[in-house]
Amino acid sequence: MSSPVTDFFDSLRDRVHSAMAEHRKAGKITVQIGSATCEHAAGSLDVLDEFTKHIQSSGSDAIEIHKTGCTGRCSKEPIVGIFVPGQAPVKYERVNRELVHEIFTKHIQKGCPLPEHALDGSLDRQNLGAGQGAKSSVSQKFTEMYGDVSFFTAQNRIAMRNSGVLDPESLEEYIALDGFKALATVLGKNDPQWVINEVLKARLRGRGGGGFLTGKKWELATQNEEKTRYIICNGDEGDPGAFMDRGMLESDPFSVLEGMIIGGYAIGAGKGFWYIRAEYPLAIKRIQNAIDLCTKAGLLGKNIMGSGWDFEMEIRLGAGAFVCGEETALIRSIEGERGQPKVRPPFPTTRGLWGKPTCINNVETFANITAIVNHGGEWFASVGTEESGGTKVFALAGKVKHTGLVEVPLGTPLKDVVFGIGGGVQDDKALKAIQTGGPAGGFIPAAMDNLAVDFGPLSKVGSIMGSGGMIVLSEEDCIVDISKFYLSFTQEESCGKCTPCREGTTRMLEILERITSGAAVLEDLDKLERLGKLCQQTALCGLGRAAPNPVLSSLKHFRDEYVEHIQDKTCRAKKCVAMIHFEINAEACIGCTACVRNCPVNCIAGQRKEAHVIDQSRCVKCGQCFDFCRFNAVERK
Amino acid sequence: MNHQTATTITDNWEAVRAACLEVLPAHIIAFIENNRDMEHSEGQLIAALHMVQAHFGYLAQDTMHAVAQLAQIPLAKVTGVATFYHYFRLQPRGKHMISVCLGTACYVKGADKVAQRLMDELGIHFGETTRDGLFSLDSTRCLGTCGLAPVAMVDNQVYGPLTPTDVSVILAKYVKKEKGTAE
Amino acid sequence: MTKQSINLTIDGTPLQVPAGTTVMKAAERLGIHLPRLCYHPNLSLEGACRVCVVQVKGFNHFMTACSQEVWEGMAVQTNSPEIRQARRDIVELLLDNHPKDCQTCDRDGNCELQRLAYQLGVRERLFEGKKKEFATDESSKSVIRNPSKCILCGRCVRVCAEVQGVGNLSQHGRGFETVVGPANLCNMDDSVCIQCGQCVAVCPTAAFLEQDHTERVWQALAAEKKHVVVQVAPAIRATLGEIFGLPVGTPVTGKLVTALRRLGFDEVFDTNFGADLTIMEEATEFLSRVSKGENLPLLTSCSPGWVSFLEKFYPEMIRFTSTCKSPMQMTSALIKSYYAEKKGLDPKDIAVVAIMPCVAKKFEAGRPEHTMADGTPYTDAVLTTRELGWMIKSYGIDFNVLPDGEFDRPMGISSGAADIFGATGGVMEAALRTAAVKLTGEELGPLEFSEVRGVTGIKEATIKINGMEINIAVSNGLNNAKKLLEAIKSGEKNYHLVEIMACPGGCIMGGGQPYPQVYQDPMDPDISRARAKALYGIDAQKQLRRSHENPAIAHLYAEFLGEPNGEKAHQLLHTTYQARSPRGIR
Ligand SMILES: Cc1cc2nc3c(=O)[nH]c(=O)nc-3n(C[C@H](O)[C@H](O)[C@H](O)COP(=O)(O)O)c2cc1C
Ligand code: SF4
Ligand code: SF4
Ligand code: SF4
Ligand code: SF4
Ligand code: SF4
Ligand code: SF4
Ligand code: SF4
Ligand code: SF4
Ligand code: FES
Ligand code: FES
Ligand code: FES
Repeated sequence: MSSPVTDFFDSLRDRVHSAMAEHRKAGKITVQIGSATCEHAAGSLDVLDEFTKHIQSSGSDAIEIHKTGCTGRCSKEPIVGIFVPGQAPVKYERVNRELVHEIFTKHIQKGCPLPEHALDGSLDRQNLGAGQGAKSSVSQKFTEMYGDVSFFTAQNRIAMRNSGVLDPESLEEYIALDGFKALATVLGKNDPQWVINEVLKARLRGRGGGGFLTGKKWELATQNEEKTRYIICNGDEGDPGAFMDRGMLESDPFSVLEGMIIGGYAIGAGKGFWYIRAEYPLAIKRIQNAIDLCTKAGLLGKNIMGSGWDFEMEIRLGAGAFVCGEETALIRSIEGERGQPKVRPPFPTTRGLWGKPTCINNVETFANITAIVNHGGEWFASVGTEESGGTKVFALAGKVKHTGLVEVPLGTPLKDVVFGIGGGVQDDKALKAIQTGGPAGGFIPAAMDNLAVDFGPLSKVGSIMGSGGMIVLSEEDCIVDISKFYLSFTQEESCGKCTPCREGTTRMLEILERITSGAAVLEDLDKLERLGKLCQQTALCGLGRAAPNPVLSSLKHFRDEYVEHIQDKTCRAKKCVAMIHFEINAEACIGCTACVRNCPVNCIAGQRKEAHVIDQSRCVKCGQCFDFCRFNAVERK
Repeated sequence: MNHQTATTITDNWEAVRAACLEVLPAHIIAFIENNRDMEHSEGQLIAALHMVQAHFGYLAQDTMHAVAQLAQIPLAKVTGVATFYHYFRLQPRGKHMISVCLGTACYVKGADKVAQRLMDELGIHFGETTRDGLFSLDSTRCLGTCGLAPVAMVDNQVYGPLTPTDVSVILAKYVKKEKGTAE
Repeated sequence: MTKQSINLTIDGTPLQVPAGTTVMKAAERLGIHLPRLCYHPNLSLEGACRVCVVQVKGFNHFMTACSQEVWEGMAVQTNSPEIRQARRDIVELLLDNHPKDCQTCDRDGNCELQRLAYQLGVRERLFEGKKKEFATDESSKSVIRNPSKCILCGRCVRVCAEVQGVGNLSQHGRGFETVVGPANLCNMDDSVCIQCGQCVAVCPTAAFLEQDHTERVWQALAAEKKHVVVQVAPAIRATLGEIFGLPVGTPVTGKLVTALRRLGFDEVFDTNFGADLTIMEEATEFLSRVSKGENLPLLTSCSPGWVSFLEKFYPEMIRFTSTCKSPMQMTSALIKSYYAEKKGLDPKDIAVVAIMPCVAKKFEAGRPEHTMADGTPYTDAVLTTRELGWMIKSYGIDFNVLPDGEFDRPMGISSGAADIFGATGGVMEAALRTAAVKLTGEELGPLEFSEVRGVTGIKEATIKINGMEINIAVSNGLNNAKKLLEAIKSGEKNYHLVEIMACPGGCIMGGGQPYPQVYQDPMDPDISRARAKALYGIDAQKQLRRSHENPAIAHLYAEFLGEPNGEKAHQLLHTTYQARSPRGIR
């Protein structure tokens, strides 16, 4: 049936498809270069520059550069893909200027790929067609491009389906990959409740940490007589060590944007705000670009797709306050205030931004919406568990071989992520624990690595799903030290409004400092627990309520390590500086003087080619000698 | 508050505006004035402060005062907001901005030692600037380059994985460059 | 929409309250006063201190009674062992970051934090560690700021912004480093503070205090050569009793006079006298402006908090403002001229002490406009109600057993019109009583103007006198004044006479009034009402009800001043204003 919306969308899509087909006919070789912040940091801009120079000096117009977002392979960046029409794609890892030259001259010009530099060490990529290897048709394009890499095939990419595939600055490419089909469907149906129902069926739970059912939240916002409503995309991503949202904002801005428009339509909002942390300039730029392009294309603004519905968007920047990820604080911040949370209830869905009903959703939550609309809520639900539908993106980091962004169905066992996708613990050390949920989460001891990643199971063992930080800890990590790290983060980020969090986290941190410096007594553990419980029970917002979680969960699972610190004054991971010292084993020392040259306080003495000694009274225990001795002569005791 | 009527503009408005023109660049004045009569214009305070910081590198008292006057927001609120958000700097920043990542991945891989070395070498703490105005030190959370952990960023260049020793080398590089340009 | 009723239980007792009631208010119906530090009935909800936590069946985390609304079937526990421990721990956390100063603290045993600590049974200090330390800011002539004692309840920030519309205060920094203060944490004296002292009145601790003048007064009383004259503002007689445990709204005029005599003051005068005089001057000024039709509305000028606000926020309204000094300054000026002359004293040997409900009066007394030609101030010291209460206690005077005394003459004689100056609308009513007579020329005009009574923030009326319609407005709390001033400026309203009082409720709720007692909230509108009632009661019982009927005033003009608004009156009883910086943002 033809309607203004379908007409609008069909003609838009047809235009894009024919332009794409035209382009394909040209049969150019494509050099694909990652261009997210992480890739830039790893040097992809140099790589881009080098390829550009090579192409220019070769004078060929049959080679083109295609910028994409990131695939989530942090440890392998910069990644470059070479697509020669008719051949299997080849991906290279850790490309630098020198390697560009080799790739260009050998692979592109002579047709000989370089297996030794291929991603994950193998050129052997089948060009998998639809269905094969692809977990769902959603990620088909991704699978086509990246082939059979175990890091990817063990995943199921729904939210990140376009990351690393698309040029994040091209609306055409997005449309070519089913972009705005979902919005067209939704506007065509002209029934906001239908959207809400699909999202409810999908059992999509908010990916920002709370895990509240998105459909339910949307429904709540509509149960209000107030007709001025707002929708907000929470891109504040403040968890240290989490970068999923940045990945998606930079790599697939249009998906998030489309999800947000659909959300706005479902709740009857006239305006949407993006709250993005100022530390993400590239994400901000790409979202602004997406807003501009969509507005120009009639996909945003007045009379969207000819539907008669108006919706506009505005970006607001964060300014370095983790607590502004909390809904009421975020609202205060948009209102131009200090980002201090307000008491709830009333919840934002009743009284939010400027007192109007407001829905706040996470970036990843929105990124799932189009897939749900296009493939149905039931399909989405089938991917996850009984309790929660779909997948979750994790930022896998710490002592794991393959760090990066991974997306797995909810319910996947932890060990599949850490060992399967992550390749296991770095340097083949023993796994100690997996930390999920960042500063609001807790530790899952190695013995429980079969636990399913899902909201319920994680919180049952004293951690949380959180926004998706997943830190692998090995036997070389001190649990007390890491707990202290998290608490020092929340203590520093406490907004200072309420007593238990402002004062309580400070006191807890002082106790932890006493423990790691050997000045604590056993009673301090009771005090920690008492203060922790106080924060959980009485703090005003989620930050304070969750702040003690890492400490309490580590006390629960690793109490003996705390006791060791206090009673024996030892740190089994040899991390806590106050409890270790460095000695040089005279027998092993060959007198190479590497340690002398690297000691910041010059407290190592010895003749060249003779055994050295450390002056303990001056040693600041920085560990440099330990790190630099190639003969394992420096011992940490 | 409703800023629609001209009555919010004070009796000495000419003088106030003239004083603001002296301290703020035209684009910021235009931004504030274009917003002032809009609904919820106070909501643009943080955006205005971002613009000031982008222009001057930090928020000086006179610029915050000018923003307060022009936007007609009490100055106490402006400075209250500016001091709440760690992104805003109240002191001029050094020529080179060093940010050490203290995100989890970096911490687990020894960022604390890197940070300590930086503080030792520069003789400053986070949020401070060296006396010669060359370096400012800050910590950040996750630059998204966890794969290179531990990392630090000098201006826009990311360095990693770092050892404390690398820190000395990198700093020396910048110092040398500065000395070079000085001659 | 009719409000639905909600059934709930509190500590097992069932009760029914209207929907929208908070747990705190519901508990009060059972006579349970939950602890609170950041809650304030007149201010927006903060929910910061967390001492009001209660347990609700079915929930792991506790809820704050000040913010949580009741729901059908809710089961609240206000006093389980867990809750008691949580509250105790919270208060202990506050104390751990607080000077251990109670014995030497200016709150003088009347501190909400200290009281809570005792009441909740904080007997240990388990979590002590680092403490905040800040310098005390004594730059302001009225208000001392001591952030080391601040518990960050945010009441002062809210009262200054929401009630006074000044917005001088904000939290700065965040987390453990948070500190409350003016912009850039500058000195109070360099800030837009208008010295009203409302922050002092609402602060639960000694983080905001008035400048202490008690030592000056002890010194003056002890100095052989000094002739120490005291004057007492109208509002004091309605509130001083609270400090000695009397119910709110107990008038204590007679005991007050006796207590002052016991303290050793040589002469006990009544600021009421100055109030009657103010009416004479102001009514004359008003009638002359009305007849000339210029500079209307006339804005009253007896509230120094408002005068500071005028000069910092609305200098363009100066020409509308009455040039009359405040009753306190009129009285002081006359003591050092008229009275000194009569007594044959050198004004330099006289010390004038004013007992005021007001913190701003300390600033007013120090203004250069209020000094004699040789630079000595007309008013030597200003004591707040609280400071006087403390001096009485400190002296060892058992206030409640004192016999009634009477003010000295002639400056102790006053009309009932003067007594009501202490309540919002009182100055207006007093002025109307006299103006009505002057306009009609009849000796008995209308006496009570109920339309200007009551604690409402803004009151408007049109009074018909002799066929003439006089549009009047009365405001209290400067945020309300702002609304009036904007309406006047935009021409939306045309008033003839406007009374502006800085403090919410007027001087009975001034910044220097007694701190709330156990189970009271500061600035509670109920307290305001009870105190106002006391003043209207005093007025009703007086023979003299109109200022111009005051024989001592008539005598003063005849003997000393000449005509109202005459040359001498102008020189002694009128003042000038000027724009001041920093300019406030409204
Ligand atoms: C201290 C704190 C920080 C938070 N930070 C974030 C964040 O950075 N990003 C985010 O999406 N949600 C964050 N949240 C959760 C949000 O408050 C909110 O629940 C979420 O954005 C809702 O979206 P969702 O329902 O899609 O998950 C944070 C919560 C707290 C208490
Ligand atoms: S819990 Fe912490 S962050 Fe949240 S309101 Fe309280 S002090 Fe602020
Ligand atoms: S630990 Fe550091 S300070 Fe100590 S000897 Fe080794 S290098 Fe020197
Ligand atoms: S680095 Fe090792 S081997 Fe070399 S001098 Fe030092 S301790 Fe000896
Ligand atoms: S403010 Fe209160 S708690 Fe603090 S020292 Fe004074 S009396 Fe004690
Ligand atoms: S009551 Fe206690 S604290 Fe107070 S003076 Fe006596 S012993 Fe000291
Ligand atoms: S005295 Fe009045 S104006 Fe000054 S800070 Fe306190 S409340 Fe604000
Ligand atoms: S100064 Fe007093 S009123 Fe203000 S926040 Fe601190 S304790 Fe509360
Ligand atoms: S209203 Fe009364 S107490 Fe308040 S500032 Fe004015 S004169 Fe003082
Ligand atoms: S690959 Fe982009 S986040 Fe690391
Ligand atoms: S934690 Fe340092 S870059 Fe991610
Ligand atoms: S939180 Fe309820 S009184 Fe402070």
